[in-house]
This record gives sequence, C-alpha cells and structure tokens, in this order.
Amino acid sequence: MNHTLSSNFGSRSLLKLLPLLASALCWVAPAAWAATSEYQLANGLKVIVKEDHRAPVVVSQVWYRAGSMDEFNGTTGVAHVLEHMMFKGTKDIAPGEFSKLIAAAGGKDNAFTSRDHTTYFQQLHKSKLPLAFKLEADRMHNLILSEKEFSKEIQVVMEERRWRTDDKPQSLVQEAMMATVFQEHPYRRPVIGWMNDLEHMTYRDARDWYQRWYTPKNAVLVVVGDVEPKAVFQLAEKYFGKIKAKPLPERKVQVEPEQTGIKRINVKAPAQLPYLAMAYHAPALRDPANDWEPYALEMLVGVMDGNESARLNKSLVRDSQVASSTGAGYDSIGRGPGMLMFEGTPSEGKSVADLEAALREQIEIIKRDGVTAEELQRVKAQVVASQVYQRDSMFYQAMQIGEYESNGFSHRALDQRLAKLQAVTPAQVQEVARKYLVDDSLTVATLDPQPLDGKKPAPRPKGLPHKS
Amino acid sequence: MMKVVLKSFKAAAKSTGRGARLWKKMLGTGCLALGLVSLPAHAILPIQHWQTATGAQVYFVENHDLPMLDVSVEFPAGSSRDTAAKSGLANMTKGLLDLGAAGLSDNEIATRLADVGANLGGRFELDRAGVSLRTLSSARERGQALDMMAKVLQQPDFPDSVLQREKARTIAALKEAETQPESIADKAFSKMLYGSHPYGLQGGGEIATVSALTRQDLVDFYRDHYNAEHAVVSLMGDLTRTEAAAIAEQLTAKLPKAQSAPAPLPAVEYPVAPQTRAIPHPATQSHILLGYPGMVRGDRDFFPLYVGNYILGGGGFDSRLTKEVREKRGLAYSTYSYFAPMQQLGPFQIGLQTKKEQSEQALTLVRKTLQDFIAKGPTDKELTQAKNNIIGGFPLRIDSNRKILEYLGVIGYYRLPLTYLDDFVNNVNKVTAAQIRDAFARRVRPDRMVTVVVGAQEGAPAASK
Repeated sequence: MNHTLSSNFGSRSLLKLLPLLASALCWVAPAAWAATSEYQLANGLKVIVKEDHRAPVVVSQVWYRAGSMDEFNGTTGVAHVLEHMMFKGTKDIAPGEFSKLIAAAGGKDNAFTSRDHTTYFQQLHKSKLPLAFKLEADRMHNLILSEKEFSKEIQVVMEERRWRTDDKPQSLVQEAMMATVFQEHPYRRPVIGWMNDLEHMTYRDARDWYQRWYTPKNAVLVVVGDVEPKAVFQLAEKYFGKIKAKPLPERKVQVEPEQTGIKRINVKAPAQLPYLAMAYHAPALRDPANDWEPYALEMLVGVMDGNESARLNKSLVRDSQVASSTGAGYDSIGRGPGMLMFEGTPSEGKSVADLEAALREQIEIIKRDGVTAEELQRVKAQVVASQVYQRDSMFYQAMQIGEYESNGFSHRALDQRLAKLQAVTPAQVQEVARKYLVDDSLTVATLDPQPLDGKKPAPRPKGLPHKS
Repeated sequence: MMKVVLKSFKAAAKSTGRGARLWKKMLGTGCLALGLVSLPAHAILPIQHWQTATGAQVYFVENHDLPMLDVSVEFPAGSSRDTAAKSGLANMTKGLLDLGAAGLSDNEIATRLADVGANLGGRFELDRAGVSLRTLSSARERGQALDMMAKVLQQPDFPDSVLQREKARTIAALKEAETQPESIADKAFSKMLYGSHPYGLQGGGEIATVSALTRQDLVDFYRDHYNAEHAVVSLMGDLTRTEAAAIAEQLTAKLPKAQSAPAPLPAVEYPVAPQTRAIPHPATQSHILLGYPGMVRGDRDFFPLYVGNYILGGGGFDSRLTKEVREKRGLAYSTYSYFAPMQQLGPFQIGLQTKKEQSEQALTLVRKTLQDFIAKGPTDKELTQAKNNIIGGFPLRIDSNRKILEYLGVIGYYRLPLTYLDDFVNNVNKVTAAQIRDAFARRVRPDRMVTVVVGAQEGAPAASK
C-alpha cells in the first residue's frame, strides 16, 4: 500500500532498524551474473539497471532527491504529504487509478519519504514494466493537485502522525531528541512534520513542493530484475524522455554548528517502562574512496551491537542485567550530518541513570582498551555473509543503489564498501570512539513513564529496589 | 512499513504459503491473463519430500543460484500448546533453546554463529514453534552453523540463571504491553474471540504465570513437544539431495521420542451473541478491532474467503474498507481485514485506528461496509480486479529463497498437497462472486462479532451496533 514514511530514526524503535543498518554495511563488486548498467536521458534523468535473473519479476524505483531536509519552517511534512498526493491523479489518470492499474497488473506499489529523499516503487512481473514506467513518468510532470483531494488526504496524514508518533512514547522521545541534537540543521524536524504545520498546510504548499523538486534532473530510476539493460533504457527513453528538463533551485549549504556541551531532554508519556536514547554527532560518508572514519564507525557499532554476543547485549542484558534491551545504530549515508545513537530500556529496579552509566562505561572501555582483532573479525564475517544474503532480495538491492545515488554518490562506489570495511583496524575503531563519543557532542533523551489514568502511582514500599 | 501492509501481507502469506524459484518460468505472460491459465506441465516448485529415520517430515527445494542455505525445523509447540495455568511456557521454552545448549553458554552459541556470519532465527505462533537458520553454503560456514543449530534443537540446557533473566525481561515487556493501546486491543480481542480455547492464550503469557515458570516446566514441555515424529524440516538452497538428507538427520536424530501423537486442539466455538468492549486509554486515537472465528488451513472455503477478503479489506487500495474509510473520508491511515488460517479456526479480523472524536463514525462505517459486502457480495468488476492482482502477482510470491522456505514450512506443517502451489492460480481463477457471497454469509456473522475499542470516544455507546 502506498504512502508510507520512513526516516532514519523517525519511526519505531531503533532496535528494529538495526538489521537494516547492519546489512547496509556490505556490498561487493557485482559479479557477471548481476551486471549493473547506467544511462542518462537528455533531460537529466539517470537510469540504473541491475540484472537479476532468478525469477521473472522486476522492481522499479524512482528516487527524488527531495526529503524533509529540503523543507522550510511552517510547512514541515510537505515532502511526505506530496508523496501521498502523488497517488491522487494526473491529467490522464483519475485519483486512486495509479494503484488500481498496478494492482490489476498483479503488481504492488508503495512509496516512502525520508529526510534525504522520496521514493516510489512498483514490484511486478517483468512483462509489466512498461506500465510502471508509463504511470511513473506521467506523474513526474502531470500531477493534478486539487483542493478537494488534498483536504481528505491531509486528514489521513494527521492520522498517520497520531498512529506513528503521538501515541507511541518511544517515537515521541526520538522525535524530541532529534529536535535537540540538531539546533540548526533541518534534520531536527520530523519527516512526518509537526502537527501544527499539517493543520495549516494547503494544497498550494504541496503544489509548490511538486513544482520545485519533481523534475527528471532531480530523480534516479533504479530497476532490478529479470530484464535486459538496453531494453530498459529504450523503455525509459520512450516514457520519461519526453519530460521537459527544468532547472533546479539552489540548495543552501546548511551546517550544524559544533555542539559545546551535553544536552538533556525528558519526555513524559503514558507507559510502563522508562527508555533512554543517547546520540553523538558523527561524520557521514562524503568521499567513499578516501574516507575511513565512517567505515570505522560502522565497525564500532558492529562490535557493540552487531550480533547477539556483541558487547552491549552481552554486558548489559546478559551479564550485569542493567538493561532489558539495548542497541546501537549509525547510518553513514545521508545528505546531512551523521549521528551515532545508543538506546535501551532499563531492567525492573534499574533507572535510566543506571543504564546511561552502564552505556557510558562500555564506551569508556572501548576508548581505553580498544577492541580485539577477534571481535572485529567477527563483524567482518557477518559483512561478508550478508553480501550474499542480500542478493536474495531484489528490492533490497535496488534500495542500496537508490540510497547511494540519491545521496550524491555513484552506485559504483558501493563496490568499494566491502574492501573499505575489511580494511578497518582495531586502532581505527578506538580512534573514532575517542574522537566522536565525547560528552560535548552528546544528547541524552529519556522517557518518564506516566500512569494511564493521569494519576500519580502509589509510592512503592520501602526496601524494594526501584529507582526509576 | 505501515501496519496495514504487514497485516494484509501476513494474511496473504498465511493463506497461500509463500513460495518461490526460482521456479520454472512457466507462467509466461499469456498464462497471466485471466482465462488463459492452464495447469503447468511441470511443477512450478519442485519440492522433494521424505521422512528421516526418526520420522520427521522433510521438504526440500534444491537451488544453486546463490551460495547459501535456509533451513527451518518446526514443531506443534506454539502458544496453543500452553495451559491457562502455565501460559507463556511454550514461548519461554522456544526462547531458551539457543540460550544454552550442549554445555555451551548463550554467548558461546551466539559467538560461534556470528563467527561464520550465520543468522539463527525462529518462529512462534498459535500452532507452530521452531528454529530457522540462514548460512553460507561453503563447507566451514555451513558446518559450524548447522552444528550450532543441531545442538540448540536437540541438546538445550535451559539454564536456570538464564530462565530467571528471561522471565524478568518477559515480565517487563508484558507490563509495558499493558499500557500500549495496540497491545491492549490485541489481547482483549483474542480473549473475547476465543474465551477459554487455547487460541485465547497470550503468546507471551501472563505476568503471574510467567513468574511461576520453573526450569522443570521447560524441560517437560520440550520433552513433550519437540519430537522428531512431529517435526517438519524445510530446506531451501545450495545443497544436493544427499546433503539435504544428511542435514535433516543431523537436526532430528537426537530429538526426544514422542510418547504419543500431539493432542488434537479443541474445536473453536462460534460466539452466539455479539460482544463489545470499550477500554479507556489516554491515546489520541481509538484502536478498533472487530472479528469472528475465521478458517482453518486447507479450509474448503479457503479460496472464496481469500479472494473475497482481498475485495473487502485485504487488497490495500483495491479494498472496500480502504476506499470507504480512508479514500472517501480520510478517517484512518490504515484499515484492513484478514483471515489467518490455522489448525483450528484462526481469526478473521478487521482493524483500524482513528482519532478518538470520530471513532463512532468510523466504526459505524466499517460495520456498514462489512454488512453490505456480506449481503450483496462483490461486483464482477471487483472480482476481476482481485483475480488480476492475485494471479498476476503470483510470481512475486515465490521470488526469493526466504519466501520459498516459508512456503515449505506451511505445506509441511499443515500437510497441504505438494501441488498446492501448482494448483493455486487455477483455484483462485475458479472462484465466483456467488461462492464468495455464499462463503462470507456462512462464515462471517456481523450480528455475533466481537468488537474492541481501546481509547473509546467519551460518552459514546462505543460500538452500539
């Protein structure tokens, strides 16, 4: 179903995202069976095709380099609202008709918005690729944004915000945390948008957004499946080639100023268990061939939380049992600044302060003693294995290409990832821990659970260990 | 992903099995067009099936496209094997399998798996529980990963210290669940729908029953439910038949011997009157669930109900619920319906979330949509659209090793015919509007459904019909 939304830390628990982050570590040079080809249309649209002939299906994704980071105050959430409106019809296609035609062809379609990009996709039998291209090309330049359709859809988006964020205590904490970690950079704003902005948004805001960013030059078309690249390029010419090129607006450089001291934030919400999140500023990948720090940070996160026996789970959940769950995450790919995050839920009788102290202790141990070659080798073994596993999913292969391309890298840079990750040394892991996991760039966010009936809980009997 | 996708996907997966090729390319475009579907001359998915020496059922699809292997071993050891007094035992037993085995600690097991890049996972549902593994097929990696899986399955230690720790974690999660509207609604729904039937038990158990679990409980449950005679072994990937046979033996030879056949689950009783519960919650949205006992695996009404449900609430934007509730009125982000076929009647469920102030309006609309559908059935246009999607989308059901493994597990556990997938398209194609109308009228009774509204609208009758 279309109209989903994703953001790096915006939805659900970070823990749930970790498998994705972990598997995003890895990629190898495409083998002969999985050649990747590239083509550019005169109007600027880039087309990338990766062959995968295991099943007679295809996934087609269009990535627009426009996400919530490109929004302005007062209209936060408009990137995502436009994503919803992209299913509401063009000159030739009635509202709702897009998904209906894809469904009639046996396909699935959907879309998602993040801080950096907005992506639309279809999965279908390979013979139906022309339909996907025809419809996708049509709405790249022929969208009709009517007040009537907008007025209903904005209600849907507000329901989505209630469901995704407002009624989920940990989502509220993560949203408040991002708004604290970043003081100036637009990553501080939630992808779904602030409720107040949604309430005051008009169809004209969505139309302005569409006119500003939806143009072939700002898009990448990624196709993975049982297809022949030349035929796909011809098909792309046929459907997307007639779209007129349009100049893109200037993108302002937005740099987050250096943080100069620890920040703390607390959120109250109806819940039973407290929750803790700790975020450090960290670099994002900028030069895939020559950077080394982002790769070292990925390995650091792998050592701390890359598998069931990794440090955080072993030390905090199994040994000291200060946490009932814990995790770490770092995403090196993004147009904006990077961030490394820890999170966890304290065990019964332990407080968020206990958990924070325990997490900081683990960080200090790595800064002081480094990591072992054996631990690093274990993370690398998983990297090597998951490069095979990911080939079981065409969709995921397309996602990786799209992520790279829409963030300004060539998909060919993916070929270097494995070698770069394998080259990381224990000393480099220790070095990035010392450099980036420092208090001055730390934000700590906590959930203070509130009773459902709004009344204070009865005081606990003395003698029971309960510090939260 | 949004919930409706997960729900409807889950329903679709459960209703059909999720299979794969990596299959022979026989569904050409011609076959995909309605009316041109014909029975394939060769099986779409060549499933090999045999028994191990100890009686485990093995299902294997050989495919060498990728140098990897997926394998699962599943038992009738899901939450329906619990009793009310020891609710949560089945889940705890399954959870502790890989937290100590053959003298290795939880960390040692995890380390040895991680060293070869293997992923150990599992399944825990109403009927089934089991362990799954994904590993590279190269000798060293495969050998070490399967050695761990064999130990976890056949020599679990159930260390008491680990049990105490996991009990505390489970209890914390159960307490948290008691405060979150989605889980409050799910729990109330299954209790109301199933009463004292084991399908009404919570998978994770209750705080009191989990607190009381002992190591001996786990040892006994394991001995009684993880038997080779009742195991289903599924293998998919880069193996020869000979290798697959050896692995199936390795994973099951030392399982405890069954003392008897698994006790048959009691039949589910249909409700005789409507039940409605409004549960207060401070959330901004009401979480609404409606349901009725649905269908079994291999149900004679399976295809009419499955195709019909696509039209009612399983087919995303093609479905009436999404059109009425979301598209026409903007009342919800997600609304869906699904059947989850089980050994006994699994749930039929409709769900949505909407802001509290309009929950009565949304509930009335959902009821009306369901009643209209049951009274009149689908239009020909809707039926054609549903078939086009399900039949045309068939290749997507079996386009990865992971999906094929899932499909093998369903076929094996529920003893569906090996030709299930070969017959699927024809069976969908044969469904008529009259059959759907007839099946829904017999199988879904709107006047006897259970309704849960968590975060009900204040002062409203919360679901007056």
